[in-house]
Amino acid sequence: MNHQHDPALLRGMTQPRTRREAFRIAGFSAAGLALAACGVEGQKAAPPKTDAVQDFWAKQTKHGKVVFANWPEYMPEDQAPLKQFQKETGIAYEYKEVIQENAEFFGKADPVLRAGQSLGYDIVVMTNGIQLQHMIELGYCVPLDHSKLPNFAANAGAAYKKRAYDPNNTYTIPYTSGVTGIAYNTKYVKDDLKSINALFDPKYKGRVGMMADAQEIANFGMIALGVAPEDSTEADWQKAGEKLKAQRDAGIVRKYYDQSYIDAVSKGDIWISMAWSGDVFQRQLAGEPVEFYVPEEGGTIWTDNMLIPKGAANPVDALMLMDFLYKPAIAAELDEFIQFITPVPAVQDILREKAAKATGEDKKALEEMVSSPLMFPTEADYAKLHSYTKLTTAQEQVFNPIFQSITQA
Amino acid sequence: MRRLTPYLLALPAWMWLAIFLVVPMAAMASVSLQTGNAIDGFAMTFSVSNYTDTLSRYSTQLVRSLVYGGAATVAMLLIGYPVAYWIAFKGGHRKSMYLFLLLLPFFVSFVLRTISWGFLLADDGILFGTLKGWGVLPADFHVLATAFAVIAGLTYNWLPFMILPIYVALERVDPRVVEAAQDLYASRTAAFRRVVLPLSLPGVFAGVLMTFVPATADPVNAQVLGGTSNTMIGNIIQTTYLTNLQYPTASALSFTLMAMLLVGIFAYARALGTENVLEAAAR
Repeated sequence: MNHQHDPALLRGMTQPRTRREAFRIAGFSAAGLALAACGVEGQKAAPPKTDAVQDFWAKQTKHGKVVFANWPEYMPEDQAPLKQFQKETGIAYEYKEVIQENAEFFGKADPVLRAGQSLGYDIVVMTNGIQLQHMIELGYCVPLDHSKLPNFAANAGAAYKKRAYDPNNTYTIPYTSGVTGIAYNTKYVKDDLKSINALFDPKYKGRVGMMADAQEIANFGMIALGVAPEDSTEADWQKAGEKLKAQRDAGIVRKYYDQSYIDAVSKGDIWISMAWSGDVFQRQLAGEPVEFYVPEEGGTIWTDNMLIPKGAANPVDALMLMDFLYKPAIAAELDEFIQFITPVPAVQDILREKAAKATGEDKKALEEMVSSPLMFPTEADYAKLHSYTKLTTAQEQVFNPIFQSITQA
Repeated sequence: MRRLTPYLLALPAWMWLAIFLVVPMAAMASVSLQTGNAIDGFAMTFSVSNYTDTLSRYSTQLVRSLVYGGAATVAMLLIGYPVAYWIAFKGGHRKSMYLFLLLLPFFVSFVLRTISWGFLLADDGILFGTLKGWGVLPADFHVLATAFAVIAGLTYNWLPFMILPIYVALERVDPRVVEAAQDLYASRTAAFRRVVLPLSLPGVFAGVLMTFVPATADPVNAQVLGGTSNTMIGNIIQTTYLTNLQYPTASALSFTLMAMLLVGIFAYARALGTENVLEAAAR
């Protein structure tokens, strides 16, 4: 191989630049400056005017097709409710399990929606956290036409029509709710746990799992200090941060988890963990040694919501499907599989009747569901449950670093 | 026309570099100097504080990433070189099958393979559960959630990228050169040390280049196999981009990481005495 440099190249590097080259370099610099000058536009949206919403919906027609983007294990495997929808309305559906985490999903959707392009989904499901708030603030959600949601109006529980994060259900209607509490592995933990302090107990050093999500971990830090997350101030966040940091530095926390906590706790890598109710309930039915409780000091309740993203191709069909899921029989079928908290109260009676008719294993499973406080919380249960803190953009920039510096040390 | 032909042939590559390297890098450089937030938008303020703040806040994770990446690279070298050597010189007519077997796990997604390691290394999983049952290991022994698990995961995931270039370099070594060395009274070790090893160095260089960079920037292994103090810089960049939507901070972080890697690679190139970095990598 010839290792010699091309003399022409060397000459080019040593000779003075020609005028044409000087122009070319100037051109590159200008392009660089042009790039440097363009910022990333913000798109804070004003609340929709009623007329504009009506105009929008007046122009839309049914297309006979709908694309539903949801989380894994959030629909019976045979997709019976969706098949029923197709049969009754003639609207073909595509069901995609593409959402694993709110932050990640929003991070991917944001540039697309910002550029005014379509996500390719007509319905997406997001939890009432920071990212859903961003979706609404940035005008990424299509305001809903409630005249086309008769089942929602008739069958949704009162609590599910008054959501602080989306008053009057302007943009979203609930898909399902769940409770964040504590799970433990009964093979290793013999105590009857009731308190949130179990998560901070040195007895379980290296065997405690906490969630990596800033809001989730902040909530539990605050509840442990006796502060209600929804009324918290910056000073409370600092104190909660210190408590959680002490917990980490004492070696109590094994790891900060995403959804994988449930495998870790049922395998015994961790013995106690922050947990989402439905996950644990599904594992219990599978015979795994996990128990769930809402700490006596309080837990949190969250809601996953259906919304129509801006630029969706089939909004009318999407609205029809959203409303269809509020038929009590359909909601019951859905909840029997996913086992979180349904926004349709009538489901409990339907499942109770079904349990009365069923036999053997089915009967037992259905009876457990009907009496489960994880699927049908009582008023007393609800009273113990807190909501997420609502954060402004400025607050977020204080809030996130406090808790991320703990989970990402 | 003939004079232009080489340039026309190079055009697709230049276009590729321009569109997929230069433009995004320039955009990222621009964003790294802006300030603002995702809701109200970002504006160019030529704010260098994005870099200084980032460096002071995440220096631990930056250093840790370089250490983990470096440790994994050394481990890959120690494991990969003998494997490449064996396939090149002892593989016989099955060489291509061995190479295929080496690449076989890559038909499964990176994330999935890492999660599988999580299952294998579980405290009471197939491996340690059994060993604990036999009383070989103490009850609270664990590998998951330690630095060792993260480095082992990185080593496993990038190992083929170390073996393949070394194999290519060794494959080119004419066995007669080794015979000649032995004819000249070189022992087997001396022949290896003075003939084979120097001839394979470009492969080693390429291997290190191809594994050190991705291992250092990888966010997956630390997240799946690590514990509370194994966060790598890739995880931080991911969170700043996707969760916090702090695009300027994230861009500044990415640039800082890239600069550190480049400095490291050039230092390594000098130490190895390779005349031309790109040439060695391309060989």
